[in-house]
Amino acid sequence: MEILNIALPKGRLGEKVYKVFERAGYGAEDVLDEKTRKLVFENPAVGVRYFWVKPSDVAIYVERGAADIGVAGKDILLEYKPEIYELLDLKLGVCRLAVAAKKDFSDTLDFTLRVATKFPNVAMDYYAGKGRDIDVIKLNGSIELAPILGLSDVILDIVETGATLRENNLEPIETVAPVSARLVANTSSFQFKNTEINGLLEKLKGAL
Amino acid sequence: MQIDLSVLSNEEKVCLKLRSLYKSYGYSCFKMSKFEEYDLYGRNKDFLISDSVITFTDTNGRLMALKPDVTLSIVKNSPAVPSGVTRLYYNENVYRISESTRRYKELMQVGLECIGEVTEKDVCEVVKLAAESLKVISSYSVLAVSHLKILSGALARTGSAADLISARIREKNVHGVIELCEKYGVDEKIGSLLSFAAGASGDCEKIVGNLADYTDDGEALAAAEELRYICSAAKSAGVAVRADLSLCGDINYYNGAVFKGYVKGVPSRILSGGQYDGLMEKMNKKSRAVGFAVYADLIERFDDGENL
Repeated sequence: MEILNIALPKGRLGEKVYKVFERAGYGAEDVLDEKTRKLVFENPAVGVRYFWVKPSDVAIYVERGAADIGVAGKDILLEYKPEIYELLDLKLGVCRLAVAAKKDFSDTLDFTLRVATKFPNVAMDYYAGKGRDIDVIKLNGSIELAPILGLSDVILDIVETGATLRENNLEPIETVAPVSARLVANTSSFQFKNTEINGLLEKLKGAL
Repeated sequence: MQIDLSVLSNEEKVCLKLRSLYKSYGYSCFKMSKFEEYDLYGRNKDFLISDSVITFTDTNGRLMALKPDVTLSIVKNSPAVPSGVTRLYYNENVYRISESTRRYKELMQVGLECIGEVTEKDVCEVVKLAAESLKVISSYSVLAVSHLKILSGALARTGSAADLISARIREKNVHGVIELCEKYGVDEKIGSLLSFAAGASGDCEKIVGNLADYTDDGEALAAAEELRYICSAAKSAGVAVRADLSLCGDINYYNGAVFKGYVKGVPSRILSGGQYDGLMEKMNKKSRAVGFAVYADLIERFDDGENL
């Protein structure tokens, strides 16, 4: 049996994801222990080795083969378009990528639309599909500030409950794509660790 | 003169060994200039791995390109009406955006093209040569093979959703295929064939056997039989061969067999190829064609090549 290297996204979503792996019979010691200084967690008996990485880096670890499989948000997959396989929708961390604007905003179509976002590629693809010319403003956080301060007309961002938007007098106006956590695999690992990956896939389906 | 092979890089060793392999099968070397008129690539952008091409204006005002691909140049130089089969191999540097750095890079590529009155036997020989090429690099290799006509009829019946569904199939994204088929109101039977294809990867006999549960389309079943024949030819090279129906190429260019090769320790496909009669037709050639390329640059840091 070959060991599967698994990249998990740090944070609350990653913990939920790990619990599904654990329920499927792929637990490893200390993975959720906050006090540990270990970076890699292994259980050779079931053939897994976990490591936590920044959520936006999971796809890179998997695409480059440092991890055989991993769990990444659909938002990250849409933004970076990595050459990997998307094997399962884990239906965790369910939210959506949406366009939001100030409540009194109306798109008159006679200006280039200014879009503030952490997801410039998603924004360009989405508006190219609609034939709309846009000016993408790449931000790394506090996206909701952009329309309030007049930096952008709209934002394209993750919307869960919409509470942050409401508190800032913003509202979602269009859904771009549904988002949830996806199990992804390296294309080469899929060929050489096929039995292990397919076995884990079937057990995860049963544990959801 | 004695050459100390230990001074060669992995890429150079692989290129030398592959050239000798292709020559032993009767292939002749195709040598070309580093430049080509941009128009050739502009008209066939979808055939290229990346549509970004480095261009410059020649002294006579013509827009030229540093070649991002070799196949198009070989096809351009092939006769409009074939007489027999032309077998060519190449070992050239191409210039395109590297998948790893996302920047322009000079990449070493080896490959071969079989053009003209190509028969099924020729296709099998080329797929077998692809398997043997992998074996030159490592014994731990897998050749994944499919036949585009297994799905082309079903995809054509999904109308405007065909490209989106093909992309999901390539990702082995079964849930994504089901979601799109529901969204676009694709016929249930067609939808179940397409979602089956997204997840179908493994023993050829088993996959071809299961296929009959999902389709009774004569063209698809005939293509599956052809796939069985091709897989068996590839296996004779002594390499692991996997039927993988998620391999979907652009049907405007490709038809018939498509295949990708993987070597353990290299994180992405190292070999890619297929039948491209569609490209021949687009370039007004009354020929059939099949070929593949080995991306030698990917083995620069490969240290498990016990065969090198």
